[in-house]
Amino acid sequence: MNPTNIQDPEYFHKVVDCQYACPAHTPVPEYIRLIAQERYTEAYMINWVSNVFPGVLGRTCDRPCEPACRRGRIEEEPVAICRLKRVAADYKGDVKSLIPGPPSIKNGKKIALIGGGPASLTVARDLAPLGYEIHLYDEQPAGGGMMRSQIPSFRLPDEVLSEEVNFILDMGIHTQFNHYVKSMKEEILPKGYDAIFVGTGAPRGKNLSDLPGRNEAAANIHIGIEWLASVAFEHTKKIGKKVLVIGGGNTAMDCCRTSRRLGGEDVRVVVRSPFNEMKASPWEIEDAQHEDIPFYNMHSPKSFVTKDGKLVGMEFEKVEAKYENGKRSLVSTGEIVFMEADDVLLAIGQENSFPWIERDLGIEFDKWETPVLNDKTYQSTVPNIFFGGDAAFGPKNVITAVAQGHHAAISIDLFCENKDIATERPSPMTNLFRQKMGIHEWSYDNNTADDKRYKVPHADKTKALKDRLLEVELGFDDQMAFKEAQRCLNCDVQTIFTTSKCIECDACVDICPTSCITFTTDGDEADLRTRLNAPANNLTQELYVSEILPTKRVMIKDENVCLHCGLCAERCPTAAWDMQKFLYNAPKACSL
Amino acid sequence: MTYQRPNFRHPDLPQNKIGFYRKDYEGALSTLCAGCGHDSISGAIIQACYEMAIEPHRLAKLSGIGCSSKTPAYFLGNSHGFNSVHGRMPSVATGAVMANKDLLYLGVSGDGDTASIGMGQFVHAIRRNLNILYIVMNNGCYGLTKGQDSATADQGSINKSGVENSFQGIDLIGLGLELGATFLARSFSGDKSQLIPLIKAGLSHPGFALIDVISPCVTFNNNVGSTKSYDYTREHIEATGSIDLVPYKSEITHSQIDGTTQIITLHDESSIQVHKLSQDWDPTSKISAYNKMHEAKTVKEILTGLIYIDTESKDLHSVLKTSKKPLNALTESDLCPGNDALAKICAGMR
Repeated sequence: MNPTNIQDPEYFHKVVDCQYACPAHTPVPEYIRLIAQERYTEAYMINWVSNVFPGVLGRTCDRPCEPACRRGRIEEEPVAICRLKRVAADYKGDVKSLIPGPPSIKNGKKIALIGGGPASLTVARDLAPLGYEIHLYDEQPAGGGMMRSQIPSFRLPDEVLSEEVNFILDMGIHTQFNHYVKSMKEEILPKGYDAIFVGTGAPRGKNLSDLPGRNEAAANIHIGIEWLASVAFEHTKKIGKKVLVIGGGNTAMDCCRTSRRLGGEDVRVVVRSPFNEMKASPWEIEDAQHEDIPFYNMHSPKSFVTKDGKLVGMEFEKVEAKYENGKRSLVSTGEIVFMEADDVLLAIGQENSFPWIERDLGIEFDKWETPVLNDKTYQSTVPNIFFGGDAAFGPKNVITAVAQGHHAAISIDLFCENKDIATERPSPMTNLFRQKMGIHEWSYDNNTADDKRYKVPHADKTKALKDRLLEVELGFDDQMAFKEAQRCLNCDVQTIFTTSKCIECDACVDICPTSCITFTTDGDEADLRTRLNAPANNLTQELYVSEILPTKRVMIKDENVCLHCGLCAERCPTAAWDMQKFLYNAPKACSL
Repeated sequence: MTYQRPNFRHPDLPQNKIGFYRKDYEGALSTLCAGCGHDSISGAIIQACYEMAIEPHRLAKLSGIGCSSKTPAYFLGNSHGFNSVHGRMPSVATGAVMANKDLLYLGVSGDGDTASIGMGQFVHAIRRNLNILYIVMNNGCYGLTKGQDSATADQGSINKSGVENSFQGIDLIGLGLELGATFLARSFSGDKSQLIPLIKAGLSHPGFALIDVISPCVTFNNNVGSTKSYDYTREHIEATGSIDLVPYKSEITHSQIDGTTQIITLHDESSIQVHKLSQDWDPTSKISAYNKMHEAKTVKEILTGLIYIDTESKDLHSVLKTSKKPLNALTESDLCPGNDALAKICAGMR
């Protein structure tokens, strides 16, 4: 194999699995170490710079980092990264002084942001400090978009959300709340903005409009996301005793749990797919089950049943899953099941919708009515109009919207500076710091804790079910946070190998707890993977290969289950191994 | 030295055929210098015992004093161990072997512990063909007392303070050949692919198996001019061949046998497959071993690999015709069969 090029910043970036998996590439191990050192404010700021909403994400993130976490490959469960992020937010000191205010010098450019959700707010955060004059339009009375309207307060308290939204709005953003933009052509374009960013999310909840009885029972059938918004803004305060929630995603989980708090006693989730294929995050399913909500899987909606023009229940057809060539199809078993219901909540997906963008403006849409965009720059077919968040490529999650906001902000900034938005994009900032302090002393805590993942304590169930605003998860206290933080393997502290210093004494091979290191004759990757000291079957993880050593062999390190414990470097008599902290900051329009 | 070692191991490492993981053969964390050859030998012992699926409680490790003799703390933490007086490990081993012939014995010693203070004991253990694998971790210096030349330091070798050794070094393999040792091998701590099969063969050999392992002292004898440094050893190493231990009942596949392969059957019908690198060498011939060793010495090469094996080896218990049952398991009724038995013996002598 060719020797690994560790000068390529992407090589070590990939070793930091959590950071690599995060759409916004938040430097996770860096802030976890700060939490362990009780430096919560700094931990918060690292998050804030990278993902803009640490308090929100620390409670509600989809956490793509956790399945990627190396710890999950070494023992049963990954580090509770998401809940540690919340610790940084809960225990932070005064951060207001660390956050930029309105810029004193403006650059004379005006930007419109349509929609006040995470994507738009990220663009605002990245561009406002550079002197852009930013106008934000949103139909809701306050900023936050779906974070405010769709995530219930028992998962995300209003004060947490408002604090983080206000950090951005306080940068001198011109807000136009309670303002639904009805026409791009008439309301926005005439104002002569230098660039326009559309971050209107995926606002249209799917409907079972073809199902028999849909129209008759309409008064008691609610679209999940609209109903959640109505609850959030306190237009809806109660629901029937018997509630059916249709759908198996996270919106369904929020709907059923909210129903329990608004008077729903017999709340059921009814899903077409098998239980283990439901789209909702496992922890949200767990929380719903904890609130005594049963799941009826493999039930396909057949009709709404009414009596005297009022909904009394729904009929479902039982299905079974058949798999062919890896594709699933749900086949009817013929069995019909009736379930009583006072209200039905539909949470079966949502889609983009742009009724307010005229189709003669040059903004192209594809056959699914989603805008035609460049997937790196987020630029539409009209050069000064950009899209991001769910509005761009369909519904994903908050952290993806933030990441897209960062990319779009870079594009907008380059565009306004008359630069090429594709070729002149900034590179990530990377750095390697040596960690050696003494003979066996590193500037990071290199010992690996054996502890299993700690569970976040929950509020008392009976209390929680009585109060829609009472947050269920209590978060880690400082002691638990410390212990959980100690489970982090510090994957950003890289093992750096210098071929010319190695005397091939095998000390690193002998000491490596997870048998990652092998010295053997060179070969191609497939061959080498069969000749290592331990099975190297995880092809998503790289092999770190040295140059040819004096004995004509090469050093090969399988990155897969390296504990980053530093013992190879401690045991190396010639410092051919060294531990160096790798910092990767994803590019942003504004370096904060 | 290193203070802590994580408890996690590679999750996909297999169990051996008696259900143990490699971790079950590990010991405490080594306190030797970083890069010490001895740690590699410990690693090779762990790997060999894991691969041979030895039940840890069926093995006893014995040592004397020195850096080398500390190593039994760092491997086979679940086995029996005895850290004896300086140079007196062979005596303790003799007692142990005599008392319980059912255990496997692994003696670990250094060049000082063997070739200086323990020489008197070492030669008699060979002469008696004690059933033990005796590993010498040979670094040519007294590492524990800051690197003075030891008795195995080669004449002309330069130590860390720049002084040339003016005395003849003792060649432990040559000595073993003279004394009638039945298994002699030399290896290098930096070559596990050779060392591990030799350890396995040595543990299978009935009788005294000596492996002299060049094990560089990274702190005191790894300098330019030393003949026991990593660099010097790598430049001057010559292997007689490589070997594989084929356990009893395992099939020897045809593809492994070619013109340079010799199969040596051991007492328990397991066998050693020798892949020879030179045609004029026969590991079962003492004369061939003498010649090969002297040739290597003349051209200043370090001859490694299996150098000599006596396939007819009879260990001390066979020579003494001791009882099949280990002596320590004999009960009073075995030893003192009573008046009737005595009367019978007496009757037989009339």
